[in-house]
Amino acid sequence: MTPHAPAGAVAVAPAGSGEAKPSTLRRLHALLHDNPTIVPFIVLLLAVALFSAIVGRRFFHPFNLSLVLQQVTIIAIVGTAQTLVILIAGIDLSVGAIMVLASVVMGRLGVIDGVPMILAFPLGLMVGVACGAANGALVALLRLPPFIVTLGTWSIFGALNLWYSRSETIRQQDVEVAAPFLQFLGTAFRFWGARLTCGSLLMLALAALVWYLLRRTAFGRHVHATGDDPDAARLAGIDVTRVVVAVYTIAGLICAVAGWALIGRIGAISAISGGTANLDSITAVVIGGTSLFGGRGSIIGTLIGALIVGVFRNGLALAGANALWQEFAIGLLIIIAVAIDQWIRKVAA
Amino acid sequence: MKRHLGAGSATATLIAATLLAAVALAAAPAWADGIIVGLITKTDNNPFFVKMRDGAGAKAKELGVTLQSFAGKYDGDNDSQVAAIESLVAAGAKGILITPSDTKAVVPAVKKARDAGLLVIALDTPLDPIEAADATFATDNFAAGRLIGEWAARTLGAKAASAHIAFLDALEFQPTVDMLRDTGFMTGFGIKVAEPGHYGHETDKRIVGHQWGQGAEEGGRTGMENLLQRDPDINVVYTINEPTAAGAYEALKAAGREHDVLMVSVDGGCPGVRNVQAGVIGATSQQYPLLMASMGVAAVVDYVKSGRKPLPSPGLSFFNTGVNLVTDHPVPGVPSIGTAEGLQKCWG
Repeated sequence: MTPHAPAGAVAVAPAGSGEAKPSTLRRLHALLHDNPTIVPFIVLLLAVALFSAIVGRRFFHPFNLSLVLQQVTIIAIVGTAQTLVILIAGIDLSVGAIMVLASVVMGRLGVIDGVPMILAFPLGLMVGVACGAANGALVALLRLPPFIVTLGTWSIFGALNLWYSRSETIRQQDVEVAAPFLQFLGTAFRFWGARLTCGSLLMLALAALVWYLLRRTAFGRHVHATGDDPDAARLAGIDVTRVVVAVYTIAGLICAVAGWALIGRIGAISAISGGTANLDSITAVVIGGTSLFGGRGSIIGTLIGALIVGVFRNGLALAGANALWQEFAIGLLIIIAVAIDQWIRKVAA
Repeated sequence: MKRHLGAGSATATLIAATLLAAVALAAAPAWADGIIVGLITKTDNNPFFVKMRDGAGAKAKELGVTLQSFAGKYDGDNDSQVAAIESLVAAGAKGILITPSDTKAVVPAVKKARDAGLLVIALDTPLDPIEAADATFATDNFAAGRLIGEWAARTLGAKAASAHIAFLDALEFQPTVDMLRDTGFMTGFGIKVAEPGHYGHETDKRIVGHQWGQGAEEGGRTGMENLLQRDPDINVVYTINEPTAAGAYEALKAAGREHDVLMVSVDGGCPGVRNVQAGVIGATSQQYPLLMASMGVAAVVDYVKSGRKPLPSPGLSFFNTGVNLVTDHPVPGVPSIGTAEGLQKCWG
C-alpha cells in the first residue's frame, strides 16, 4: 500500500507517466486529496437540488430542511464519535449499544429509582466513559483488533442494557414528571419557518468542539499521526497507547451524550431504540469521506454524510418511493464514497 | 504492530459487521430428567417475549417440567432459531414452542423436529404454511386490526368519509403480523383492501401513505414527521404497536397536532395501556402473550401424557388466544374493555 500524505500536508505534486495529459483529472485529484469534504458537499447540494425538483416546496422549505436536521441529529452525534475512532484506523461497533445503555441508566436512575438528576445524569455519562475506556484498554493494552473487541462489547453492552432495563420502556409522560431535564434536548424553537431543537444545536456545538480538538490542539495532531502510521508516531515520541485509550473513551462519552439526545427526540426511554446506530454511524462517516484506513477525514465530512443520508430518506419518503429504495440509494452512496476514497488515496508513483 | 487495515479488510469490515451481527446466541442447555419443553422467541429485547418466557416458566414449574429458552439476536434472525431447534432435538425435548422470525425459512428445521417426534407449536406468529406446525396459539391479528379500524370509523362518524389516514407499519417486507393488522384496520375502517395478503396498493383517497418504523419509537416519530410533511391535515393514525404510537405522538406534539388526531394501535403492553388512559392513544387491541406460552407448555405436557394434539378454534386455522379492544371511549357496536381492566391484563 502506498503511503499517503498526512492530513494538512501540501498536496503531492503529480509526477511521472502522464505528462501528455497534465490533465484536469490530475488537478481534481490533487484538489480532492487536499479537501476530501468537497465530494460529499457536492453530493449533498445535488441531492437537495434533485429532491427540490421532484418534490417541490414540501421538501425545499425551512421547516422540512430543519426536520431533516432533527432526524439526523442522533446519527451525527454518534458519527462524531465514530469519526474519532476511525481516524486512528479503528472501528467502534458498540457505539449504538453504549448510547442506549447510557440513556437507560440515566433514565432508570432518574425516573424509576428517584435519584436526583444532579447524580443520575453524570452517572449516565460515566457509563459511556467506562464503556469507551474498556474498548480503548482492550484495543491499546491487550492489542486486540478493534473490530473484534467492539463486536464483543456490542453484545456485552447490549446484554447489560436488556438486563438493567428489563426491556421495559419508560413512558414520555413519566419522564416528563420525574426527570424533565432528560428531555431538555427535545426543546424546540422556531424562526423563519424552521424548527430547531436543542439536540441539533448540541450536535453542531459538539462537532465544532471536536473539530477544534482535532485541528487546533496537540492531541488532534497526535490522533492524525497515530491513524496515519502508529509506528512512525511512536518513533516521533507520541504515546500511542494513551492516544488510543483517550480516543475510545471520548467516543464513549460522546455516545452517552447521544443517549441524552435520544431521550430528547423520542421523549420516552426505550431499550429497543438505536438498534441500527452502529452501522448508520459508519455509513455517515464513510459517505462523509473519512478514510477507513485512518489518518484522513473530518468531522464536517461526517456531518455532511449524515445529512446526505437524511436528505435521501426524507426526500424519497416525501416523493412516495418505497422504503427499500432508500436503502438501495444509501448502499450505492457507500460504495461510491469508498471508491472515491480509494482513488484519492492513490498518489501517482 | 501494524494498525492499518488492508484494502480488502476495510470493505470486509462493513460486510462482516452485518454478517457477524447474525451470529447466534443460544442459551446454555440445562440437563434434567423428565420432560423438556423448549421456547424459542424472536428476540430477547421485547417485553412481549419476556412475558412469554415468564408465562412458560411459571407453567413449567407448576407442572414440574424443564423449560429451555432460546432467542434470536434480532427480529428476522432465522439462523439462531434453526440452531435452537437442533439443540432442542439433540437434548431430547418433547416439544417446542416457537415464535418464528422467518415463517417460511424455519419450516424445514421444524419438519425435522416433528419427524423426530417432537410436538411443535407456533406462538403468536403462524408458520407459512400454517400446517407446518402441529398447532398455532396466536392472537387473531386481523381481528385486532379490524377492532381498532371499526372503533376509529365509528368514533369519527360522518367525518370518517373525509379522513386523512397515516399508516405507521413495521417493516417494508410486510411480515404476516404487519400485513394482518394493517389490512384488518383498513377492513374495519371501511377501506377496500386492493390485494389480499398485501397492503399499499389501495387507491382510497383517504390514505396519506405508509411509513415503516421498525416497531420502535424513533422510527415512529420519523415516519410520522415525513407523513405530516406529505399531508399536514392527517387526522387518523394507525400504528403497528404502542412504541411506534409513542414516537408518532412526539411528532404530532412538535407539530401542535396532538389534540386533534385520532391514534390507534395494537399490543396492550402496560406502557401502551397507560398511554390509552392518558389520551395519547385512542384505542389499542390487547393481546395475551403469557396465555399463549403457558397454554403451550400445558399442551406439550398433555401430548406427552395422552398423545392428544391441541385443536384450532372453530372456524380458524389456529387456536385464538383472544384479543380485547382497550379504550376509555367505547362506541356502540364495538365491544371493548376500559383501561382499568386493560392495566390488570397488560404485559411488559
